[in-house]
Amino acid sequence: MKPVSEILIELYRTMLRIRRFEERVVALYPEQQMKTPVHLCLGQEAIPAGVCIHLGREDQIFSTHRSHGHCIAKGMSLKSIAMELYGRETGCCRGRGGSMHLADPEQGIPGSTAIVGGSIPLAVGAALSAKMQDNGRASVAFFGDGASEEGSFHESLNFAALHHLPVLFVCENNQYATSSRLAARQPDTGIAAKGAGYGIPSRELDGNDVLAVYRAAGEALGRARAGKGPTLLECRTWRWMGHVGPTCDVENGCRPRDMHEEWLSRCPLEQLRIRLPESGALSPDFLESTELAVCLEIDSAFNTARHSPDPDPSQILRYVDGRG
Amino acid sequence: MPWTGIQADGRRDCEVYGADGEAGRQLTYRDAIREALDQALGMDPRVFLIGEGIDDPGGVFGSTLGLAEKYGSLRVMDMPLAENGLTGVAAGAAMTGMRPVLIHMRVDFLPMAMDQIVNHVAKWRYMTGGKVSVPLTIRAITGRGWGSAAQHSQSLHALFAHIPGLTVVMPASPRDAKGLLMGCIASGEPSLVIEHRWLYDLKEVVPEEPFLVPPGVGLIRREGTDVTLVGVSHAVYDLLLAAEQLATEGISAEVLDLRSVRPLDEALIISSVRKTGRMVVMDTGWKRCGISAEVAAVVSESAHDALRAPFRRICIAECPAPASAVLEDAYYPGCADVVACVKGLL
Ligand SMILES: Cc1ncc(C[n+]2csc(CCOP(=O)(O)OP(=O)(O)O)c2C)c(N)n1
Ligand SMILES: [Mg+2]
Repeated sequence: MKPVSEILIELYRTMLRIRRFEERVVALYPEQQMKTPVHLCLGQEAIPAGVCIHLGREDQIFSTHRSHGHCIAKGMSLKSIAMELYGRETGCCRGRGGSMHLADPEQGIPGSTAIVGGSIPLAVGAALSAKMQDNGRASVAFFGDGASEEGSFHESLNFAALHHLPVLFVCENNQYATSSRLAARQPDTGIAAKGAGYGIPSRELDGNDVLAVYRAAGEALGRARAGKGPTLLECRTWRWMGHVGPTCDVENGCRPRDMHEEWLSRCPLEQLRIRLPESGALSPDFLESTELAVCLEIDSAFNTARHSPDPDPSQILRYVDGRG
Repeated sequence: MPWTGIQADGRRDCEVYGADGEAGRQLTYRDAIREALDQALGMDPRVFLIGEGIDDPGGVFGSTLGLAEKYGSLRVMDMPLAENGLTGVAAGAAMTGMRPVLIHMRVDFLPMAMDQIVNHVAKWRYMTGGKVSVPLTIRAITGRGWGSAAQHSQSLHALFAHIPGLTVVMPASPRDAKGLLMGCIASGEPSLVIEHRWLYDLKEVVPEEPFLVPPGVGLIRREGTDVTLVGVSHAVYDLLLAAEQLATEGISAEVLDLRSVRPLDEALIISSVRKTGRMVVMDTGWKRCGISAEVAAVVSESAHDALRAPFRRICIAECPAPASAVLEDAYYPGCADVVACVKGLL
């Protein structure tokens, strides 16, 4: 076990790296050099941070269209993500994937999908693979509340429960799918209840409380690694920006202002700072130096990305299959 | 599913495929598939089979019989009726070090898994810039006859052959059933093996040792000089019967088995048509936007000058498969249609 102060520092640093990365995307996006649809996770940073801190490099995560935070938390370099957002040959997917398909198998990220619910069974497959190879690995499926309406979600839970697979289902319930609110889309039973229907230990929790996520994910992954099967965590949260792009959608009436403001007041980073003054781990000095280090890292990532080479159009057919 | 057994077994008038009197061990198409799976499981610990009822007493028309007993229920795994989800599960396992073979009794169940096959499996390597491959093989069987009707007799290969990133093969003979299946598993590419239920009892000399037929390589099954007859899967059988009959009337037909509809062996098609100057394409699927159109386009683009007559296409009727036996007869073209068509070209 790591000392508590180290854990707090790591959680905070991960959230900050995600936060500042996304903010930089917002700042630079209007230049129209990142020609890829960006689904930002500002406001949702606690979930990837609280989950991925428990994962080793060999554990596998699968992500969605809203993938930046998951990949950063799992250990992907900011540079390779930034380069991918600029469509560069040097990006994590060599400019073939873009924002919605970030992948880095070396870091245990086989990939991300833009088809809602599509990567949930892939994570279950990675867990099946771990069980067959008996290698002690766990896998995590990150997905939104909308994905819990897809058949792939239910098919995945059924199979994972049946075979007691080492997989953690993490639902980031930001209460909206594009501009469609949860209550317009599913009965008010809660998403965790769906897991219970398959006999999967399932919990709803405050997804903006990184410590709550940290504890729940730690327990769940411990169970998974002990051969006790999957867990479903429904993490309640809120996205600060619109569904896609660098602006907020509250102005144009897509989501209610009062809810938006209420959730803005529950910033995951602020909450961690405020709740732990006595621990001393997040001292003013630490905060300042971390801020600086992260800022420099992001400067460097985006500067490199802007000046990296584009793919060669004559290579458009490369990577369709392993033959070419 | 005994009904297709009755029909398939009742139909065989020519049981042995390949050269007359060829020496060696003969195997049925069904047993050739089983042997391929058995050997793949035996040689490679990454290989596992998963499918609805693959461990039951029927054993997917006999093609998986005894394998669950031999390799256990983790490597020969029954699965829930969740075709799309389980295609994703198999794909996820493939991305992380395994070599799954997903088995469907019917091609008709593949549309349930369209999202995973088309959006995920086919594209994953490309989307990740070549970093993550999906060595997943999917077997599915085309049924026919005995009133199997619209949702139990489809031949949907053209649908999948449209998608870059997928390999689609259609073995027409026992030897290819083994070689192509092993070839797909070994290729590391996402592959669809579409088998035909009416070929299951065919016999051919099949090598006992493991061997690979690489996807994308067609085969001249019979040499000829007057016309090229191109087909896949069960159509090849009809074409061979037709060629035999045409020979008795002094017409020399070359029979080209595509074996693989993606990749397509364009060079073989072109060279054969350059030799014969005529072409008839027969497909187990529909004509509109089908493989026969693709083959015709290849010839138009690259060997148009060699054609001495317009190419012709023989496909199933442009409607869902009907149930009535009379309508079935009208739905499926056969050897006689090929013979008549060729005569019309000469
Ligand atoms: C299968 C499918 N249906 C619809 C869409 C269009 N779409 C993209 S993201 C999205 C909302 C997804 O909501 P949720 O799962 O809650 O994730 P969030 O965007 O809130 O993170 C929709 C409907 C899609 N990409 N895939
Ligand atoms: Mg949502």
